[in-house]
Amino acid sequence: MTRVGDVCDLVRSKNAGPFWITIDLFFDGPDMFARHARSSGLNAGAIARLYDVNAAQVRHFLVESLALLKISFPRRMPQGGIEERDLHGGQQFVRLIGVELDDVNAWPH
Amino acid sequence: MSNEDGGNVVTVLVPTGALGAGVIESEVAYGIGQGAEVIAADAGSSDSGAAYLALGVAKYNRGAVRRDLEILMRLAWPKRIPILIGTSGQAGADANLAWLRDIAIELAGELGIAPRIVCLRSEISGNQLKQFMREGRVTPLSPATQLNEAAVDACDRIVTVLGPEPYIAALRDGADIILGGRTSDPAVIAAFPIMKGAGVAASWHAGKIAECGGLSSDSHNPGSGVLVRIAADGFTIEPLALAAHCSVRSVSAHMAYENADPFRLTEPGGVLDVTDAHYEQRDGRTVSVRGATWMPRPYTLKLEGAGARQYQTVMLVGIQDPIVLRDLDAFHDRMQAALVRRVIDTIGADAGDFIISVRLYGWNAVSGERVPMGTPPPREVGVLFVATAQTQDLATQMAQACNPVFFHLAIPGHSEMPSYAFPFSPAYVPRGPVFEFLLNHVVAVDDPLEQVRPEWTEVAVKEMAQ
Repeated sequence: MTRVGDVCDLVRSKNAGPFWITIDLFFDGPDMFARHARSSGLNAGAIARLYDVNAAQVRHFLVESLALLKISFPRRMPQGGIEERDLHGGQQFVRLIGVELDDVNAWPH
Repeated sequence: MSNEDGGNVVTVLVPTGALGAGVIESEVAYGIGQGAEVIAADAGSSDSGAAYLALGVAKYNRGAVRRDLEILMRLAWPKRIPILIGTSGQAGADANLAWLRDIAIELAGELGIAPRIVCLRSEISGNQLKQFMREGRVTPLSPATQLNEAAVDACDRIVTVLGPEPYIAALRDGADIILGGRTSDPAVIAAFPIMKGAGVAASWHAGKIAECGGLSSDSHNPGSGVLVRIAADGFTIEPLALAAHCSVRSVSAHMAYENADPFRLTEPGGVLDVTDAHYEQRDGRTVSVRGATWMPRPYTLKLEGAGARQYQTVMLVGIQDPIVLRDLDAFHDRMQAALVRRVIDTIGADAGDFIISVRLYGWNAVSGERVPMGTPPPREVGVLFVATAQTQDLATQMAQACNPVFFHLAIPGHSEMPSYAFPFSPAYVPRGPVFEFLLNHVVAVDDPLEQVRPEWTEVAVKEMAQ
C-alpha cells in the first residue's frame, strides 16, 4: 500500500492569504508523479472530507516540471478567528501524509 | 549581463524578504557593485495575521527595522539609488507608514543626508468604502460574499493594496525614498523596471520570484537578498550572498509558495500567467527565466480590513498524571462540560455569547480532532483554556470563575483531589482582542492613482558632525 509520505520528498502547507490554504506535494521524481498524483485519495471529494470544506471549491494544479501537485481550498474559518489553531496553516499538510494512493487516473477535472 | 534583446536591462536589488528581517551590508554592497539601479523590498504582509493592521503597529521591533533601513540609506545615497519600500510597518496603514517615515527621517539626520521621502498613503475610511459600495464598485473575491456595512463598521482600519503606478509617479516626481502603504509585494519590485521600459510580464514575474529575497535560492544558508536583471522578455536572478545559489527548481518552485494558483497571479491591473515560463540554469548561481505573459484587466484595488469583535483570556496547565493521560479524550470532554457549567452557574445570563475552548497540546490541539484508536498516551500534555467573550472583562471573569475547575478537575474513581501544574501566577492571561481580516473584496478604479495620497517629507540637511 502506497501512502503520500512514501512517494513525496516534500509535503508542505501554508496560508495563501487569510482566506485560503494551499498544500504542495512534491513527488519523488516524474515517475512517482505520473503514477500517483491523480489518485482518488487526493481528489476534491477526498480533500473535502479530510478538511471539512466544500468539494466544489477545492482546486488542483499539476506542475509537471516540478513533479508538484498543488491543492488549494478556502479555509474553513478565516485566519485568526476564535477557534484558530494554526494561524499560518503550516501544519495542515500533516493529515495528508498517511493518505493511501492508487495508480489510476481517477479524479475528474 | 549581455542583453540579447537589444532593449533596456534594469537591475533591481532586493535586499531582504521583509525590511526588519535582517539586511546584510556586504550583500547590498555587492549588489550595488553589480550595477543595481534601484533597491526594492516590502516591509510587511498579511501573513502574520490581522492584528498589525487593526492596531496599526509593526511586527518587527524598531531597532531591527532601523538597522536594516540604515544600511540601505547609507549605501544607496552616494549613487542616489532610489529605495522603494512596500507595505510599510507590516500592514501599510497610515499609522504603520508614519512609524517607518519617522525612522527614515531620524536616519537621514544621523547620516547627514537630505533624501526626498514620500509616503504613499492608501488607507481609506469606512465611509469612503460605503460610498464605493453604493456606487457598485466593490466585488467579492472567492470565497467571500457581497460586502455589507456591518462588516465595514467592524473594521478598525481599511487599506487598499497598491500596484506599481504610484511608485512610478513618485519616482518621476523625484523621490529618493518611497515608503508605500499596503502594496502588492511583486509590484514594489516591478515598478522601476516597468518605468524604465523592461517587459511588463518579465517585471511582474521577477517581482513575484524575488519578493521573499533569498528564499528563492536553494542553499542551506541562502543569505538575505537577490539581484534581478530584467529585460524585455525575461530576467535573471542570483542570490546576493556569494556562497548561495539559485537553481531552476528553487526559482520555479517559488511560484507555488504561499500562492493558491502556481500558474496565474492576479495583480492590480492584470493577471500574470507563467504557464509557459521557461527556466534555465545560467551559471552555478544564476537562473534565467522567460516566457511569462501579462494580460491586462480592468484596474481593481484589493481591500484589506481588520478589526476585533471578541476578546479572549487564556490559562495553561501541564499534566503528567498517567491516570489522566490514559484517557485524554474523556478528560477533555469532562473538562469542557464542567467549565461551561461553571460559567453558567457563576456568571449566568450576563456571560452573553461565549465560547470555552479546551485544547490538549501534546495530544490533538492543532487539529482538534479525535486521534486514531490505539494511539499510545503521551508523556505529558499542556492544556490550554481559551475563553472568548464580548468584552475583555467578561473573558477574564470567565477564566477566574473556571480557575478551580481547571486546576482540580476530579478524576472519576479517585478520591484524591488532583492539582494540575500551572506555570504562571496569576493563572489567567488577558490575551486581548481576536483580530480578524473582515474584507476579501476589490474596488474598481478608473485611475490607479485615484486612491493614493502621496505625502512628501522635506528633510533639512544638518551640519555633519565631523
